[in-house]
Amino acid sequence: MSKLKYLVFAVVMLFSSGLMAQQLVVEVTQGVDSPVPVAVVPFGWSGDSALSEDIAAIVSQNLARSGFFRSMNRQNMLSFPNQEDQVFFRDWRMVNQDYLVIGRMQPLSADEVRVTFELYDVLKEQKMLTREVSAGRNNLRDAAHFISDVIFEEITGIKGAFSTRIVYVTADRGQGTNQRFRLHMADWDGERARTILESNEPILSPAWSFDGTKLAYVSFETSRPVIYIQHLATGQREQVQSFPGLNGAPAWSPDGNRLAMVLSKDGNPEIYVLDLRSRDLQRMTQNSAIDTEPFWAPDGRSLFFTSDRGGSPQIYRMDLASRAVERVTFEGSYNARGRLTQDGRFLTMVHRGSSRRFQIAVQDLKSGRVDILTNSDYDESPSIAPNGSIVMYATQEAGRGILAAVSLDGRIRFNMPVPQGDVREPAWSPFLK
Amino acid sequence: MRSVHFTKALALAAVMAIAAGCSSSGSKGDSGALTDTVGASSIGAGSTGGVTPGSWEEVQQLRNVFLFEFDRAVVRPEFLPDLEKHARFLANNPSARVRLDGHTDERGTREYNMALGERRAQAVERVLVVNGANARQIETVSYGEERPAVVGNHEGAWSQNRRVELRYLSR
Repeated sequence: MSKLKYLVFAVVMLFSSGLMAQQLVVEVTQGVDSPVPVAVVPFGWSGDSALSEDIAAIVSQNLARSGFFRSMNRQNMLSFPNQEDQVFFRDWRMVNQDYLVIGRMQPLSADEVRVTFELYDVLKEQKMLTREVSAGRNNLRDAAHFISDVIFEEITGIKGAFSTRIVYVTADRGQGTNQRFRLHMADWDGERARTILESNEPILSPAWSFDGTKLAYVSFETSRPVIYIQHLATGQREQVQSFPGLNGAPAWSPDGNRLAMVLSKDGNPEIYVLDLRSRDLQRMTQNSAIDTEPFWAPDGRSLFFTSDRGGSPQIYRMDLASRAVERVTFEGSYNARGRLTQDGRFLTMVHRGSSRRFQIAVQDLKSGRVDILTNSDYDESPSIAPNGSIVMYATQEAGRGILAAVSLDGRIRFNMPVPQGDVREPAWSPFLK
Repeated sequence: MRSVHFTKALALAAVMAIAAGCSSSGSKGDSGALTDTVGASSIGAGSTGGVTPGSWEEVQQLRNVFLFEFDRAVVRPEFLPDLEKHARFLANNPSARVRLDGHTDERGTREYNMALGERRAQAVERVLVVNGANARQIETVSYGEERPAVVGNHEGAWSQNRRVELRYLSR
């Protein structure tokens, strides 16, 4: 991606997060061409038994994976300060670091730890913040993600998304009916995964409600596709729709009151919107083509979807008030399964262009410009972090489905830790309370 | 007898392949589909030697997996004779029921493939109904790309996965 593009992106992100212009300048001058160098020093620990997690290592990895930062390898650090009087800015300027994070932890009780952390601007030789957070000894990752969020936002002005979660589906390797499907939830970095649904029949299209309390998904457990809503706190499930034919691609409206979906009960895949309170079901498309994969504009006033009405799958937008439909994607022979950033500006999708590979692309809806973010043959199911910084997607490595992520500027790409089986369909949560 | 039929089928497939090649727009069609082989499915094409026409025994020997081109939901002509026999059996046995499971290869997005798998199942259903089966005897379900017959990301696997499987629920 060009320098200009990244600059534009940074500007948009900062404006959309309601920041002042002063911080914007800092971001643009330091972060345009290369990630901002940051050193996260191993935190001190005054307790006697070893802790289960290395908080500084998690923070360091989080920041690097965001695409905005380059984290310093701790082997190259000249000193390991834990508190202010041990900080010598010269040590960090010499190794070209712009920011420094230090911290210390002490036992609060048998199972609680207090973490104090500080952020320094190395160039200005200033402390930017000191914060304290307490955490259960079994939940140190929560503290690490919280600290990452605070630091990320302090420097970039963009809200951090490290305390969010993802869900994804795995299928055992195998073919025909010898498969087991599982729906999992994990931290954004793939750690602390747990299974929330298991079945011998396919599970697909998990979708978060905008308040992060519920999931909608499609399960074939009755040997037909049925849409379910699962409440995450209680595990309680309800069946939403079970018409003959397709029941698929559920998508929550931003206000949480409606669910867009695909039904083929009238013979052809069409987009419908179900009002979850009144149970009123409205058919939105009337077309002999395939209409599927609906997703909402953040303002809830239009609905995007995939349709092959023009001869190949492309993404369209329907204005809900007028029902007017316009085509959104034009580059490439296949553009499908789109998702929008929270500001509604950037559209990520599965794109097949002249290379005939299925890749993740991002389209700037303002300029129309399309950038291809990934570089393998079978990339699918892009899902954007709620702060718009990273796109997670499913890809293949050695013939096996895995999850990977790429920063929205295409610069940082990394694979997620690989659980058992074929992994697919990541869905990124909204900001969680 | 069997080999004669098989040769015929191959010849027909070759003609089809050439025809498909000529008409392919090249923009979205999968040119790899030209390498499809017809006889690859487990059950032989239309060989019913020695059994009573229209019997359950005959039906069991018919082809029950029907393959498709990439991103297409058109039943290939070489499958029509067997589908006509399935249809005739359904017409003559009103209590018989079939289920048609539509599938796709792994390329493309999952929900789009769900829709494509359904179109394939509906295409086979139409052939059955046109040839005398009652729509109420037929149930269609799409599995999209979720249940591959063969695992692998190469045309050899994909061509086997773009399919409709016909299964009798009762006779």
